Amino acid sequence: MTEHHIESEQFNQETGKLGMWIFLLTELFLFGGLFLVYAVFRAQHSQEFHSAALELNSFIGTLNTVFLLTSSMTVAMSLTAIQKNRPGLALFLVFTTLLFAALFMMNKYFEWTHKFEYHIFPGSPVLKNLPRGELLFFGLYYMMTGLHALHVLVGMVLLSVTFVKIKKGIVHQGHYLLLENSALYWHLVDLIWIFLFPLLYLIT
Amino acid sequence: MINMDKPGNTPYVSYLKHEGKYKGLLGWLLTTDHKRIGLLYLYAIIVFFFVGAILGLLMRIELIAPGQTIMGPQTYNGLFTIHGIIMIFVIVIPALPAVFGNFFLPILIGARDVAFPRLNLFSFYLYILGAILGVLSQFAGSGPPDTGWTFYVPYSAQSSTNVIYALVAAFILGFSSILTGINFIVTIHRLRAPGMSWFRMPLFPWAIYATAWIQVLATPIVGITLLMVIAERVLHIGFFDPALGGDPVLFQHLFWIYSHPAVYIMILPAMGIVTEIFPTFSQKPVFGYGAIAMSSLAIAFVGYFVWGHHMFTSGTSYASRWVFSFLTFIVAVPSAIKVFNWISTMYGGSIDLKPPLLYAISFIFLFMIGGFTGLTLGSLATNIQVHATSFVVAHFHYIIFGGMGFATFAGIHYWFPKMFGRMYNNKVANIAWGINFVGFNLLYFPQFIIGIQGMPRRYFDYLPQFQPAQVISTIGGFILFSGLVLMLVNLMKAARKGEPAPANPWKGVTLEWQIPSPPPHENFEEIPEIKTKPYLFGTGNNE
Repeated sequence: MTEHHIESEQFNQETGKLGMWIFLLTELFLFGGLFLVYAVFRAQHSQEFHSAALELNSFIGTLNTVFLLTSSMTVAMSLTAIQKNRPGLALFLVFTTLLFAALFMMNKYFEWTHKFEYHIFPGSPVLKNLPRGELLFFGLYYMMTGLHALHVLVGMVLLSVTFVKIKKGIVHQGHYLLLENSALYWHLVDLIWIFLFPLLYLIT
Repeated sequence: MINMDKPGNTPYVSYLKHEGKYKGLLGWLLTTDHKRIGLLYLYAIIVFFFVGAILGLLMRIELIAPGQTIMGPQTYNGLFTIHGIIMIFVIVIPALPAVFGNFFLPILIGARDVAFPRLNLFSFYLYILGAILGVLSQFAGSGPPDTGWTFYVPYSAQSSTNVIYALVAAFILGFSSILTGINFIVTIHRLRAPGMSWFRMPLFPWAIYATAWIQVLATPIVGITLLMVIAERVLHIGFFDPALGGDPVLFQHLFWIYSHPAVYIMILPAMGIVTEIFPTFSQKPVFGYGAIAMSSLAIAFVGYFVWGHHMFTSGTSYASRWVFSFLTFIVAVPSAIKVFNWISTMYGGSIDLKPPLLYAISFIFLFMIGGFTGLTLGSLATNIQVHATSFVVAHFHYIIFGGMGFATFAGIHYWFPKMFGRMYNNKVANIAWGINFVGFNLLYFPQFIIGIQGMPRRYFDYLPQFQPAQVISTIGGFILFSGLVLMLVNLMKAARKGEPAPANPWKGVTLEWQIPSPPPHENFEEIPEIKTKPYLFGTGNNE
């Protein structure tokens, strides 16, 4: 009976993971629409995209990239920790991931408010007087980073739920689909940022 | 209800009577049984379908004479918009996967449920939320949206009506559709019965599989597009509205990248249904199993690359226009392959002309008229003449209603005994079919003719010379509506008081006919082992 039980647990794990992978594919297509719009506008207004991108602070961008990459590592380590039956370590690592995510959001908050101080936000009179390409660039900047930030928040909620469930012992060595799927989702958040960062901050 | 003639030791309880954790109404509203969820979708879709049909009928009454008849232009704009939104997003896109896909996909592949039953219920409630928001857009706030179901920017970014409600509704419905698609793909990959290899799968699951991939790959694009329009309206971020620096043609591209494949979300499962019906009522193996299965995937694939044919008059480049026109002709090929296969399946069979087969045959007829007129629209020269005329309206109603709609009716009549465990009145069903078929053609065929003569779509007024055709069309609308009501009454009566149905009333050979009607909660007492291809009908050919 136990053998059969483990087998079906593994089966469910694989099934659940397949569902998550396909869902991540749809997320890529969701952002793909934005990347497409970016590509079209960039091709039409490359000079103005260039000058607008200079306005972004690439130091903050780099810092956030470091935060996200490190958090991806810690969440991957937490999965290994669960598999090796060390829930305490896994808890610590999930918590570290959440910490990095919070740092990322804090940074984002300061970055945005700084822009607001210069009256660079959608619908502001300053922005409307900018050349058309710069206007489009900042629109895309807010939409892309905003939607990404929303995904960071969703990822944080998922990881927090996972944290509680590890603590209660519901997620453990024999049953860790939730952690694995949350980690996959978190890697997606990271992956999208890896593309956003050079497109918005670095290509100037 | 205990059925004694069922072999086996566990007493048989149908899924309709099964009592799980919750009882009564909650047992339905919180169910994770794919069959019950399928029925929930069915009931919701019937309700919204009649809402949409009545809106359509009101439009037909307005068009019975030139000038204002029963409503002003703004009301008419709102009416055709919400008619489109309800019919497209609430009914034809979700209907077949959500109703028949849910109910029969797991049974046809020998599974007890879909891969993620709770996610399935969740997408049902997303669907309901989206549908309610769509209807709400008519009443709340600042008047019914008047952009048409296509939400073309810049008007949809500027119109002062409730466009936001409609956009959010479409977004939520899209999300529900994505989750259903993921569920079905995983179900087909993971839960097929032992021995059921890909090419032993019946053809309805193949169609659902192709559909699910389109749902998953195309819907996110419209999701982000709608989000961008919402951001444009609420936050004044420029994407498509020239006043904010954007590009309106870009919107059309993004919109049709989803919305053309969406047509195949509607028609592929419809083709899947009739593919189940033809072999059963001809008592003959399906002709060209592999060709039908592969053409489903081919349609899904090529259908992804034809969106530009909606934009021949939008100022796209000549090169892109002829490429899109060429691809549009290509996508007709796998559709035609299917038609030949269905007809060849019937050839030499012992044909039993029951209501499901009547609907399936009329599906071929109407779908072909819709398909050929699609080629008129798909070639560049003729498109200029008929673009945005009632020719287009007639074309897509022949595809969507004549094709998908009639296939749905075929499916309902085919699987009704299995779903409800009761038989309907064949004679009444045949009469209703006749009324529907005549009414449908009267309603839409005249619109081809006046379309070629220049009757524009989406106008509440027209030149007097179009009146005879418009009157015929309106009369057809009433005939069709009465046929639909008759069909519904017949089925509703049967669901409550019809004669008990045997397990296999049509002598079908696929798995759903091997279990009792209605099926037990777990579908199969023991998961069957599949040793042969489907649709053999005793020809004994094992491989």
